[in-house]
Amino acid sequence: MAEPLISIRDLTVALPPGADRAHAVDGVSLTINPNEILCIVGESGSGKSLTGHAVMGLLPRGVTASGGQILFEGADLLRLPLSGIRKLRGRDIAMIFQDPMAALNPVVTIGRQITEQIRAHRAISEKKEALDLAGGLLAEMGLADPKSLLKCFPHQLSGGQRQRVMIAMALSLSPRLLIADEPTTALDVTTQAQILKLIKRIQTERAMSVLFITHDFGVVADMADRVAVMRHGRVVEEGAATEVLGNPKHSYTRALIAAVPRGVSTLQPVAQDKPLLSVTDMSKKFRRGGIFSSAAAVKAVDKVSLTLNRGETLGIVGESGSGKSTLARCVIRLLDPDEGAVLFDGADIARMKPRALRPLRRRIQMVFQDPFSSLNPRQTVGEIVIAGPRAYGEDIREARARAADILRLVGLNSETMNRFPHEFSGGQRQRIGLARALMLKPDILIADEPVSALDVTVQAQVLKLLDDVRQQMNLAMLFITHDMRVAAQVCHRVMVMRHGQVVESGPTRSVFAAPSSDYTRALLAAIPGRGRLAAV
Amino acid sequence: MNRLSYIGARLVKTVLITVAVVLLSFFLVRLAPGDTATVMAGQAGFADEAFMKSLRAEYGLDQTLPVQLWKYLGAVAQGDLGISFVRRQPVLGVILERLPNTLLLNAFALLVAIAGGVVMGMMAARRPGSATDAAMTVLSMLFYAMPQFWLGMMAMLVFSVWLGWLPPFGLETMGADYTGIARLGDIAQHMILPGVTLALYFMASYARLTRTAMIEVADQDFVKTARAKGISEGQVARRHILRNALVPLITFAGLQSAILVGGSVLVENVFSWPGVGTLAYEAVTTRDNPLLLGIFIVTAVLVSLFNLVTDIAYSIADPRVELGR
Amino acid sequence: MRDSLRVFLSRPIPLVGLVIFAVIVALALLAPLLFARGPFTIVGMPLLPPGAPGLLVGSDVLGRDMAVGLAYGARISLLVGITSTLCAVGIGVLLGAVAGYYGGWLDDLLMRVTEFFQIIPSFVLLMVLVAFMQPSLSSTVIGIALITWPQVARVVRGEFLSLRGREFVQAARTLGMGDVRIIFTQVLPNALPPIIVVGSMMVGSAILTESALSFLGLGDPNLLSWGSMIGGSRSAMWVAWWTTVLPGLAIMITVLALNFIGDGLNDALNPRRRR
Repeated sequence: MAEPLISIRDLTVALPPGADRAHAVDGVSLTINPNEILCIVGESGSGKSLTGHAVMGLLPRGVTASGGQILFEGADLLRLPLSGIRKLRGRDIAMIFQDPMAALNPVVTIGRQITEQIRAHRAISEKKEALDLAGGLLAEMGLADPKSLLKCFPHQLSGGQRQRVMIAMALSLSPRLLIADEPTTALDVTTQAQILKLIKRIQTERAMSVLFITHDFGVVADMADRVAVMRHGRVVEEGAATEVLGNPKHSYTRALIAAVPRGVSTLQPVAQDKPLLSVTDMSKKFRRGGIFSSAAAVKAVDKVSLTLNRGETLGIVGESGSGKSTLARCVIRLLDPDEGAVLFDGADIARMKPRALRPLRRRIQMVFQDPFSSLNPRQTVGEIVIAGPRAYGEDIREARARAADILRLVGLNSETMNRFPHEFSGGQRQRIGLARALMLKPDILIADEPVSALDVTVQAQVLKLLDDVRQQMNLAMLFITHDMRVAAQVCHRVMVMRHGQVVESGPTRSVFAAPSSDYTRALLAAIPGRGRLAAV
Repeated sequence: MNRLSYIGARLVKTVLITVAVVLLSFFLVRLAPGDTATVMAGQAGFADEAFMKSLRAEYGLDQTLPVQLWKYLGAVAQGDLGISFVRRQPVLGVILERLPNTLLLNAFALLVAIAGGVVMGMMAARRPGSATDAAMTVLSMLFYAMPQFWLGMMAMLVFSVWLGWLPPFGLETMGADYTGIARLGDIAQHMILPGVTLALYFMASYARLTRTAMIEVADQDFVKTARAKGISEGQVARRHILRNALVPLITFAGLQSAILVGGSVLVENVFSWPGVGTLAYEAVTTRDNPLLLGIFIVTAVLVSLFNLVTDIAYSIADPRVELGR
Repeated sequence: MRDSLRVFLSRPIPLVGLVIFAVIVALALLAPLLFARGPFTIVGMPLLPPGAPGLLVGSDVLGRDMAVGLAYGARISLLVGITSTLCAVGIGVLLGAVAGYYGGWLDDLLMRVTEFFQIIPSFVLLMVLVAFMQPSLSSTVIGIALITWPQVARVVRGEFLSLRGREFVQAARTLGMGDVRIIFTQVLPNALPPIIVVGSMMVGSAILTESALSFLGLGDPNLLSWGSMIGGSRSAMWVAWWTTVLPGLAIMITVLALNFIGDGLNDALNPRRRR
């Protein structure tokens, strides 16, 4: 085997005093060989990202590499003075980040941001020469019209374009190592697939090394030559991608891989009788801008119809801006739809007055996306959970007794009632949010991206809980998600949305097996790791 | 929304504010007890019915409110802000005569405040929690807690009365009759005490704002990107951190200008600077209501014009204004 | 909230602020008992320096006891500072909450009004208001409240607007709670900390504004305040520094104490700033 490009030996990264643990990275040893992609995979708090930042010498303020070595061409990067490591940054080792909008300076043109890097390392006196070089790089990244792109500011580009710009910038001096820190996490799934393909292509063409940091085993399956699995600051397993994915040794690796939804549907559709809820031709427009802008209204939801039966889960799948969340909020009347009807139990609730709507409200409940903002930080869990019944005049003692039962149902003990939301983890908070909704004994549960903020193992638990609760209480569930894999796991039927319209709908199994629209096909093809992760 | 329509919208806003200022003024006049006629009669020293009546007719006070309002708007639009009770001259002329001095003082104070504040803020932001940072925090807390006019008096006490370094009063040395460069130097000397007094309070705010903005920007991802490019720390600070941190300062300078004018009224009085501020004080002491109101209208219009300028500057500094705010 | 109180009391600076403020309040309340003869009584020669017999901090241009003036001045400063802030906070919270929570035309109108007040030179407007209403204690309070309430409304409106969009407030709506219940149980408790902080800071700035007004002779002519003490002894500053230095120091110390308290409240009530 060739000499490794970088060897990380016994790296320890210390957190500032007062953090929840002393070390974020605790004795990590890794090597990156020339011309390979090493994926570091792990959940939040595993130390994967800080390991990448330590290589660049870009640890956040207060966080220090307290031990170990990072060897690159015989020099220890941790002991190099700032001037030394600065010469390497951008020239030999380059880095791209999770959110390309935040990673680009908002008030400087794309052209200047790229040429700045080139001119920092190479004596190019001609500004034009550097700009030509930058334009060439943008073209190589598959961006159309690079000349005018160079004059643009970051906000004028799409998310995918911005990440391509970031990659172009990173590659401008042909570095030998590219560190990619979750480079596709903030992107839509189809864009993610394109960027992954781009990184893979460039790695092969330039025969460089890539340190790819991700939380998604699907992405690992697509990208990695070798894999290192991290947990709590340590590497628990490392090896060739085929080995680790095909024959994981460590139980944590096995659990992580098992928790990745496979994007294969096994659920039988529920018999379609009289629907509990039916939406017909619903539309919702948003007006934006002031008197001077062309008052173009954006059609967030455009003539959407759907039906929902007792005991079934209908998935609404779409990328950002597809209108899926707006649709859900119109159904539950957090927003007022402009057109269309929402028939629930024989009544049209789309245009019902608040007073008339109130008795029906309790029968449609919602679980929200963000576990940190969906619970009132100033109320105890007990107060949060009984707030619904109290609003309908239920006796406080009775409500508390029921709350204990419901909390147990979602897997929390009744002692949680006296504690505040910030004392709980993301997964536990989602359980509390679910308990709050279930307290009103709803018929319909709307779940808006309920697991997208959670780690994959926690995600699997919450998905299972939602499905169990649906069965036990015979609920109808409207499940909003951007993730086809998650939809396949819990939905009987799916509806694919794009630009406010329904592209395709049908039983999950048939949509996945034989998609009828190009867009659905593209979405399915974009699922990372599809077919590469063995069924468990 | 492109930059032109943004500027168009701001222009309309400026016009609307001006109209609102004039409307407000019209109703403010009605707040004072007695109308113009009684005040005029009081100053004339006699008040028989016939004289009052002729006065009311002369000033159009016998007409209905909407008619009076319409006439008032028309008059103001033509630059007629009424006649000063005391000076018996058009209010606008009296104000315009004093205005250059006030503009000079305020421009000087603004420059000193921004330059000093940005430098101090950068120093404090370089190492949050350091001695420099702490000293800055203490100083800005002190300046925030002091009445500005009192700070001016203390400065005068120390630098003019005790040390004798700087002239305490006026725009220039009385009776010296300097000309050319010598006169400019004399005025500059007179401007230092009032100008710096006025600037100090705002310098503290600019320093605070620069400090927070620099620290906030320094934590953002694009600064990490800049470091990852391998450019020097100085370039990171100048091109990336400072550039972004200064953007909110532009808007802030616009909003602060209203407070600056208020402070200038007080400081001008302390140092007998012959500007609009001392004029306002004279108007108060002589109960010259038209003059006082005229000063309000003129300063309000000037400040909103200055805000228009900062809005345009902002739209050049931050390309994201297209996104609309 | 109990946590916040502990954080507040565990830090030296807010505690110092609180102690100083308490002393000043006590002085203001006890002034009529300590100095029953009132602040306008002439007790001796004018411009006697501090330490002259019977005069702890000297006498002013008219031979009045400065100590008495300072004690009575505290009454005016605190009265104006607190009442005008209460008025401004009352109006601001009410309008800001309604505008932020319901949006619509009322919100548009309120935003235009607060923008207007941000852009016009409000101190000059205040001079006009007080001069036209005739200088008095009530015109000072009303004037200050009128020019400061938009600040509060802006803050409250912003808080309500952002809280309204938060998922826990949306959840409350899906649970069938009415608007009034949502405002009082979900939104207001979360919006209260910034309101308290802004309020505590506003008392200090109202005291400064009052002093500026009475310095210009726009204070209540029948009351002695710190600002009018400074204004009245401008001509004497050259020979008797204490006549202007001391009232100014009194203002500064009071405002400083209030700002210390405000800063402490900000730290204690804002979990993000607790490090």
